[in-house]
Amino acid sequence: MFAYIVRRLLATIPVMGVVALFVFSLLYLTPGDPAVIIAGDFATPDDVARIRAKLGLDRPFWERFGEWAWMVVRGDLGISIFTNLPVTTLIGQRVEPTVALTLTTLLVSVSLAVPMGVLAAWRAGRWLDRVVMGFAVLGFSVPIFVLAYLFIFFFSIYLEWLPVQGFTSIREGFWPFLERLILPSAALGITYIALIARITRASMLEVLSQDYIRTAEAKGLAADKVLVGHALKNAAVPIITIIGIGIALLISGVVVTETVFAIPGIGRLVVDAILRRDYPIIQGVILIFSAAYVVINLAVDISYTFLDPRIRY
Amino acid sequence: MATVPAAAPIEIAPARGMVRDALRRHPTMIIGLILLGGMVLMAVFAPYLGTIDPQDLSPMRRLRQPSDLYWFGTDMLGRDVYSRTVYGARISLIVGIAVAVLSIGFGLFFGLITGYVRLADTLIMRVMDGLMSIPPILLAIALMALTKASLENVIVAITIAEIPRVTRLVRSVVLGLREQPFVEAAVASGTRFHRILLRHILPNTVAPLLVQGTYICASAMITEAILSFIGAGTPPTIPSWGNIMAEGRSLFQIAYYIILFPGLFLSVAVLAVNLVGDGLRDALDPRLARRM
Repeated sequence: MFAYIVRRLLATIPVMGVVALFVFSLLYLTPGDPAVIIAGDFATPDDVARIRAKLGLDRPFWERFGEWAWMVVRGDLGISIFTNLPVTTLIGQRVEPTVALTLTTLLVSVSLAVPMGVLAAWRAGRWLDRVVMGFAVLGFSVPIFVLAYLFIFFFSIYLEWLPVQGFTSIREGFWPFLERLILPSAALGITYIALIARITRASMLEVLSQDYIRTAEAKGLAADKVLVGHALKNAAVPIITIIGIGIALLISGVVVTETVFAIPGIGRLVVDAILRRDYPIIQGVILIFSAAYVVINLAVDISYTFLDPRIRY
Repeated sequence: MATVPAAAPIEIAPARGMVRDALRRHPTMIIGLILLGGMVLMAVFAPYLGTIDPQDLSPMRRLRQPSDLYWFGTDMLGRDVYSRTVYGARISLIVGIAVAVLSIGFGLFFGLITGYVRLADTLIMRVMDGLMSIPPILLAIALMALTKASLENVIVAITIAEIPRVTRLVRSVVLGLREQPFVEAAVASGTRFHRILLRHILPNTVAPLLVQGTYICASAMITEAILSFIGAGTPPTIPSWGNIMAEGRSLFQIAYYIILFPGLFLSVAVLAVNLVGDGLRDALDPRLARRM
């Protein structure tokens, strides 16, 4: 078990290595001179030369990559071109809103989606199932930002129930904090809920056709006990897997949600960086988000051994 | 599931019957096809649908509410939102189809190599694993930040983000097929390698790739709109749904229609493609259909 965890931890190193190499080499692989593109249309040759030196584009690729990778390993993500501040400082200032938004969405989505999927599988083919599956198809089709604006139009502007935009730190009170997270979380969560509900239903259907479920029903066990105690437990592995993989949806969605709801988080940081073509920030955010994704999925992999004793390593 | 399909006919149903059968069992696919057909017609005949030049500026008629004259209102530069939305269908469909075709082409190429050449397998799959752990939108953002904004670059950026998933799919199909008796029999009877690939492996990847292609098309349409919306997509001179919505971003409290109409069209277009994809999946793989 311990050896397995160590082995899996080591296996994330090449993955993160590829991510780092890719994000770094984009500067060299993209057609045209990145220094010219980053400097913008109104740049003087001096500006271009300054940016080229700052990004180290005037030196050989491998020398520069080694230097940069060593910096990243020590926790230094470089300096922002536009603000001249360390990227880690900029990201650090923006962590709270993003973590708050993602965690709220994650918790709410999972606690809604799994029961939805279980009920749909239990009532497969009936109207409850059709409603859940219909919702899932819609959830995949309405883009986050369209949904976000529909929510704002209806709940904030028409009904005036919730604030339109913004973010309040949890230090300034729980309700003001929560109030501004409800709509963003709802918009961000829909696709994720649709995905988890769909996989939960599929996984449950598989398990519900097993003999031991028939045995449990035959001996007169209540439906909820059969569903949760016998079926869900055995259907858990694919569900946990998709919860982990689906984090990618949340991370991509955060960029959009923070833009629509004017939340000063990491996603908003990256959007502002695009407009200024501040590549060190984009590089840093991609590394952080990808690392978070890899670590979460590592945790998911390790959790299999606890969920299903048949899985041994 | 409750509905058990009738006993399978022994003779192979002709293709036309299969299509009709699939449509009857999946009425949602018909809705999807109708909506998608409507979108395609709208994109093709955009100039004849009561539209004016989508780029036509007119300071005299800025921010008009929707009316008989301007069905979807006008934006802050006085451009007709209806005309822009109708023309926007062209961009979404072009991006969706181009990304689906390109990423399936490249994914098929890499997938077949990884499924057959062991040395390349480790190397390519390591790279793909790395790429897959970068959220697709961020990958596209990074590419767009380093290139000039253009429709071609948007297509390339989204394609690169989609290739790893197709490669994975093709690889798993190929690895499964290699163990099949009919492939072993072909090998045993001395069939040449390229013939096995073309006659036995490739045809069996068509069904899953067709389904995957529709899903890629839908997700590419959303990604293009998101990229344009956050300012990293098609240049503002092209009226794409994401661009129109981006322009309405700062005005949405007074001019809701600039965001609402392109948003609805985008959702309907994506829904249509998804419904067709679900129908195709059910028709092509009944075993999977019963589970999903």
